[in-house]
Amino acid sequence: MFYLKKQELKTDPLQLLSNNWQKTMQQLELSTKDARLKAFYQAGAVAADTALQEVSFVALDFETTGLDPVRDGIVSIGLVPLTLGRIQSSKAQSYLVKPRVKLNESSVIVHGITDSAIAQAADLELYIEPLLQALAGKVVLVHHLPIERAFLYHGVMSRLKEAVVFPMIDTLALERGFTQSGLKGWWRQLTKQSQPSLRLADCRQRYQLPAYQPHHAVTDAIACAELFQAQVAQHFSVSTPVGKLWS
Amino acid sequence: MQIEQIEILNFLKRYSPFKELPDDLLHQTAMQVDIGYFKAGTPILRFGEPLQALHLVRSGAVETYRRNGVLYNRLSEGGIFAEQGLLRDKTVIFPATALEDSLIYFIPAECFELLYKSDEVFADYVEIGDTQRKKSGVLSDKNSNELMSSEVRQLIGRAAVTLAADATVQQAAQLMQQESVSSLLIVADQSKDAALVGIVTDRDLRNRLIAAGLDYQQKVAVVMTTELVCIEQHQFVFEAMLLMLRHNVHHLPVLEEGKVLGIISIADVIRYESQNSLYIVSSIFRQQTVAELQSLSTELASCFVRMVNEDANSRMIGAAMAVTGRSFKQRLLELAEQQLGPPPVPYCFLALGSMARDEQLIVTDQDNALVLHNDYDPLLHQDYFAALAQFVCDGLAACGYSYCSGDIMATNSQWRQPLRVWQQYFTDWIEKPDAQRLLNSGIFFDLEGVWGQVRWADQLNQQIRRQVKANPDFLACMARNAISRTPPLGFFKDFVLENDGQQNNSLDIKRRGTAPLADLVRVHALSIGCTATNTYERLLAVKAAGILPKGRADDLLDALEVIAMVRIRQQAKSLQAGRAADNKVKPEELSAFERKTLKEAFQILSYAQKFLKFRYPGGRQ
Repeated sequence: MFYLKKQELKTDPLQLLSNNWQKTMQQLELSTKDARLKAFYQAGAVAADTALQEVSFVALDFETTGLDPVRDGIVSIGLVPLTLGRIQSSKAQSYLVKPRVKLNESSVIVHGITDSAIAQAADLELYIEPLLQALAGKVVLVHHLPIERAFLYHGVMSRLKEAVVFPMIDTLALERGFTQSGLKGWWRQLTKQSQPSLRLADCRQRYQLPAYQPHHAVTDAIACAELFQAQVAQHFSVSTPVGKLWS
Repeated sequence: MQIEQIEILNFLKRYSPFKELPDDLLHQTAMQVDIGYFKAGTPILRFGEPLQALHLVRSGAVETYRRNGVLYNRLSEGGIFAEQGLLRDKTVIFPATALEDSLIYFIPAECFELLYKSDEVFADYVEIGDTQRKKSGVLSDKNSNELMSSEVRQLIGRAAVTLAADATVQQAAQLMQQESVSSLLIVADQSKDAALVGIVTDRDLRNRLIAAGLDYQQKVAVVMTTELVCIEQHQFVFEAMLLMLRHNVHHLPVLEEGKVLGIISIADVIRYESQNSLYIVSSIFRQQTVAELQSLSTELASCFVRMVNEDANSRMIGAAMAVTGRSFKQRLLELAEQQLGPPPVPYCFLALGSMARDEQLIVTDQDNALVLHNDYDPLLHQDYFAALAQFVCDGLAACGYSYCSGDIMATNSQWRQPLRVWQQYFTDWIEKPDAQRLLNSGIFFDLEGVWGQVRWADQLNQQIRRQVKANPDFLACMARNAISRTPPLGFFKDFVLENDGQQNNSLDIKRRGTAPLADLVRVHALSIGCTATNTYERLLAVKAAGILPKGRADDLLDALEVIAMVRIRQQAKSLQAGRAADNKVKPEELSAFERKTLKEAFQILSYAQKFLKFRYPGGRQ
């Protein structure tokens, strides 16, 4: 999901974001009508001052038919649960989704999921429930949050006519913060140097994490989870409150 | 099968011992891997912690330590650690710390156990690991099969209770009661180093004293047994059992270099007894005809396979097969004497070569000979011994020990001679050495008496040791012969790679491995007057004598085990597949790990041959 450039992102549907996710989720539980969403919000969110080592995370990645969260659709979903100590790749899940728009050639080249592959797949609506169950009560990790949040928001909105939002941590945003802060970042800004690449693979390389074949949903989710563990180990601590990182 | 953990699977496919796994096991493993990131300097495992997973370095570097903080190992991408703890009690033995920022794969303990149990190559790998661990691991007694692997000394519970020969029977009985033992060793007198003269057991008191109605004030020497059947402390427990069976005794004094360490009783052995494979040997002595004996040979093959599967080492397997072979010979000779009548003059039946060395495997020629009493008169006795030899050799052939292609068998009249002729043979071989002639007769320098006047075999062995010392040219000739067969360089793809770059499809692992190694060790052993015949024991003696450069004897011990076990495993595989076992090894049938260790072993052998050449330059033609 890194082939999307920032200016191409057309929608910003999310007005209700706050840092107090616990409260936000409680409010959403009351205002939501769909039973699946209600159950999801009921699971709630941890308090913002919870230490990272106490938090259960899920790394999430989508492959999509294109770049527009309104017009394009999700074709695959990868999920990997984790804590700071352990990435449970053994509990990884993935769903192949049949999008409501035709696959276009340029996206097929990226993720390699073809018409024949999704012929047997079902519409996202069928996967909303298991997906929400997997994410319930967890803090979700993604690399480049606006994309995942917008695609899921629109995917659910167009099917359930209701909004889905929840706390997420963006490893890309964290990385941007690291590269802009400190003496190095200051020097870079001062000399108007271009920012270092924030693509997942490039971020990982900065932590000597191995190169993976990108654009496979579970692999990308694992890659994101590993990056997050490395970021926390290098820049935060196990007792950093989760509220400092999520949005 | 499509799995989601593609990167994990691809990584496992690149490294031993995972890449050798069959696809389904590899997939199952990849799907169970979890991952953790460790910043440089952070601990990964702490000593004594419960251990839930095998650890695999995905990226970065890890150091493991001994308890005392000394570095144990350093691992990079693809390296595994924590396997020793998993194999023991599932707690951390070697603590680990990330040397660099590292990504670690966790393979759950249950998955590890499944792989360990179901995959031989994986099991070997995690047990033997790297070269360092190979050295400490290969020869260690990891074996669960206690009877096969236990040495007699382990059964000794306490020092033997001794009594001087001039004590009375009543004193003996009182001492036995006091010490609650069922036997006493009787020594010549009260002095500290008094010679052992006999043994008194409960049974002796019953049969020779009470039943005979003798006076309790008799000297104990009257009722003791003087023909002592003893066992050396390093012999295996099953050999003790065989000795007891063979001689119908219930107690065996255990010796170390002629001194008594203690006594083991049949009850001690029974406590250890669990192995039905041993019953083959005892049942050999119950068979009444050659045909009945023949029926046991298939059981012998399955016993061999079972021992391999039970992880016996080459020394145990060789010894067990040799004991079995010896028992076949002994029983055949008993049967022959029943049929032909008692021998007109005493004789000694000799086992030669691998059986004498206790290194017999399942595929073996019968190499044997007869030593006859010096009163032997060909005119009177020739027919008897020719018939005896024929009976035994035919019987052995029927039981699966094929006739010797070099005709080194008791049926050959040249090898059926009175003791003085044998003594002359050895004198000729040793004093007028000839490399070509010794090629054919080298096998006689590993000899053992298996039946009859076995002390003649000892006499011949002593003569050999004595004469070899005085004849350095003989050793030079033996050395020349010992380096005539060389190991290959190693393996390339699916070929055996020779030193000159040639490639072959298969390897005769006996001709190119175990045999030249045994030849080499024999030369060194003869040079130091070592009386052992077993290659392993000879190597220990050679090591103790310090005639090899430092560390080389240990290397040779490792190489011996590696080469012998590859040979043994190949034979067991053939037998299990229903094929006849032979000594051919095809590289494609070897694991990457076996190839690696074999190559190292061949290299050690090759060095050792060069050293032998250096030590014995020239030699008379």
